[in-house]
Amino acid sequence: MLSKDRSVQEKASQKSSYSPMSRLLLLFLFRFRTLIVLFLLIIIFSYLSPVYLTSENLIIMSKHVAINAIMAIGMTFVILGAGIDLSVGSIVGLAAMIAGGMIAQGVVLKFLGVAIFFRAYVVILFGLILGALVGLFNGLLITRLNVTPFIATLGTLYMARGFAQLRSDGNTFPNLSGNPLLNNTGFELLGSGRLVGIPISIWIMILFSILAVYITNKTPFGRHVYAIGGNERAAELSGIPVKTVKTITYVISGFCAAMAGLIIASELQAAHPATGTTYELNAIAAVVLGGTSLSGGRGSITGSILGAFVIGFLSDGLVILGVSSFWQTVIKGAVIVVAVVLDEFQQRLQRHQALQLMEESIRKEEKQAKQETE
Amino acid sequence: MNNKEIILETHELSKVFPGTIALDHVNFKVYRGAVNALVGENGAGKSTLMNILAGILQPSGGHIVLNGKRVEFKSPVEALRNGIGIIHQELNLFPNMSVVDNIFVGRELRDALGNVDYPKEEGIAHSVLQRLGENIDPKTLVEDLRVGQQQIVAIAKALAQDVRILIMDEPTSALSIKEVKELFNTIRELINEGVTVIYISHKLDEILQIAEYLTILRDGKIVAHTAIDSIDVSWIIEKMVGSKKESFYVHKEHSVGSPILEVRNLSLRHPTLENRYLVDHVTFELNWGEILGIFGLMGSGRTELLECIIGRHPEALGEILLEGKKLSPGGIKGKIAEGLFLIPEDRQRDGLVQSLSTAKNMTLASVKSYFKNLVIDSTKEFQSIQRMIKELSIVVKDPHQSILSLSGGNQQKVIVAKGLLTSPKVLLMDEPTRGIDVNAKRDIFNIMLQLASQGYGIIFVSSELEEILSLSDRILVMCKGKIVQQFSRSNVTEEALIAAASV
Repeated sequence: MLSKDRSVQEKASQKSSYSPMSRLLLLFLFRFRTLIVLFLLIIIFSYLSPVYLTSENLIIMSKHVAINAIMAIGMTFVILGAGIDLSVGSIVGLAAMIAGGMIAQGVVLKFLGVAIFFRAYVVILFGLILGALVGLFNGLLITRLNVTPFIATLGTLYMARGFAQLRSDGNTFPNLSGNPLLNNTGFELLGSGRLVGIPISIWIMILFSILAVYITNKTPFGRHVYAIGGNERAAELSGIPVKTVKTITYVISGFCAAMAGLIIASELQAAHPATGTTYELNAIAAVVLGGTSLSGGRGSITGSILGAFVIGFLSDGLVILGVSSFWQTVIKGAVIVVAVVLDEFQQRLQRHQALQLMEESIRKEEKQAKQETE
Repeated sequence: MNNKEIILETHELSKVFPGTIALDHVNFKVYRGAVNALVGENGAGKSTLMNILAGILQPSGGHIVLNGKRVEFKSPVEALRNGIGIIHQELNLFPNMSVVDNIFVGRELRDALGNVDYPKEEGIAHSVLQRLGENIDPKTLVEDLRVGQQQIVAIAKALAQDVRILIMDEPTSALSIKEVKELFNTIRELINEGVTVIYISHKLDEILQIAEYLTILRDGKIVAHTAIDSIDVSWIIEKMVGSKKESFYVHKEHSVGSPILEVRNLSLRHPTLENRYLVDHVTFELNWGEILGIFGLMGSGRTELLECIIGRHPEALGEILLEGKKLSPGGIKGKIAEGLFLIPEDRQRDGLVQSLSTAKNMTLASVKSYFKNLVIDSTKEFQSIQRMIKELSIVVKDPHQSILSLSGGNQQKVIVAKGLLTSPKVLLMDEPTRGIDVNAKRDIFNIMLQLASQGYGIIFVSSELEEILSLSDRILVMCKGKIVQQFSRSNVTEEALIAAASV
């Protein structure tokens, strides 16, 4: 939810005199818990390691975060609409392989015996459209053929990964810097270029974040996604094109995943068919950590981005401290479990508050009615 | 009343849910070895009462007396141990498992090795089914049986658990006429064996056939309790829908114009039963500025009729004309754009998005109209919200708070506001006052009258006699999917209305 909404809600609950301060404080802590955890992480790690809080390290860590954050943004749309997208990790791999192949081998037209090479930006554009199309496929499976989101995207997970491997027979496309003679250089800029000292991938993350926050809060489409996730039947009776809206959320998710795949390929200047394996789980973890409910209807883009930062800053910090990678996995899992438990607490608190308000208003109405009859 | 012995009774039983009183000091009596029918409209408290008797819900006050002893059921298992079983409308069987597995699920018989003793289970299942006069192979999968046979399996399951009091909730809702006859034979068998049946149904003619005693619930209270031999359908309906008291709903005279909505031969087939219609070739007109009441009981097709008009059932047949133009065959979105809006019967299930604020619920259907220059104009949106809060006198502290913080009546007004903000021409209101308090009811009625005088066409469905008589300019009576009679405001009487609905 918007920070503006938050402040409005807080003001409202401050006005109500029945609510004790402690509950308000608790609600505040719950609402901003991801942000609080992020700050705590930074404080603890910078105390434990002198390199942690240097600007260069922060930039490197943010670059790691950017990939997951971009995927998490797309995933947030899907989950807000009460869906799930398991195929994003494979879309990362597919987009990387298709783009890598277009740069390294070009598009081979066998019957003419030629290979056509495209400029880097055309390749990037093509990769993004491909990701969106895979998302469209997911969306149509789910809304038109009534396949449950879990199964539909699980199928796509396998198919997209298979196609990624087929593209090169399982091999890597190396040297994606292109050839000046073929006029297709510049692909590496996406992953390693910098603008005002900040890597392009971070800029992309910022751009996607702003766009996504805008879409969720300022457009009817965003409102519709929340409504569908909250109560699909009511949404339909309100004239919301439920199927179309749901399909678009998967298109957005596929698009974002493809963006992440292109950044990775560009960064490594190589495309490997296993790129992005299990990334879907990181994206879902970031979304859940950010307070978005897996049952849909509640949550926010900013939450998911914060969630991605917590996961990224945590695992990089543990690496810097030399913690065993096995322990890293355990800690990451524990953080997610705690986040979900806290979310349940927050919901209970909010429901309780709403019920109290309702009771109060009913009592008030009764009093009014009594006065009127007297 | 004949003198059968009371096996089960409730003493001043009450149940309070947040915002409503579902049962209000109910003294319900059940006679041994008889079919005890229980009727009432949606929300009258039937299910709550049954769920308490079956141990699914706990009462907020009062208690249950079984065989003269005070009892308390903390769970369905405890109720079963005391011989009370319930067959829900949805049967709650496992379609993927065999008949015998269903009968013994959760309390499988074991052999010496601790494995399921199938021969023994099958033997018992077979004899129980024989007793019920059904020749079903116990090894058949439940999903391969007809609904009527599935019903028998559910009864067999209860009997195998030694149930002495069997609660049946709407047992005939999915049965064909032949299957209903078979079921009645089975029920008579049960009665002969000394089983007591509590029978819930909204099909009154069936109740007259099968039941011996009748209890009528209305608004959480028992309004009638009688032996069945002295009464008829009209009498039951009269009690169910209440009578017109000294009413505070004042009908305001307003002019009624030319037809705005014409419905021709609208039909909706029953999803499973052949040659049966939920909405059966319905034809009527609605005029500008008219409040058209549709009176009918549960299951008469009243809700389905409104759903067909709003486009929720794309498979419906027939045509609908708005201002002389045929409506597009598309879904709900198109219908809203053309000027229709449905305020659904079940507010929580179909009306509200519980996770959103009051404000966002209110503009849910019209949010596109505030989308200018690529953003939702929140100032303009909020002006509309404030205007609606004022016009419909919605009591809300802060519209950005959760919709769940509002009382039922105010939630309903928010849904009406949601409809009005789409600038409709015709409002379809399905039981608009269900589950809301008297003051909110009066507000909703005033809103309806005001809207009619502004020229809106309103179709409103109600099973409350009082409401329908005081508000409608014209009344259509529905029964079994058909419009059976039409009354104008001047020539309608309570008795005539009840008689028409009793066909």
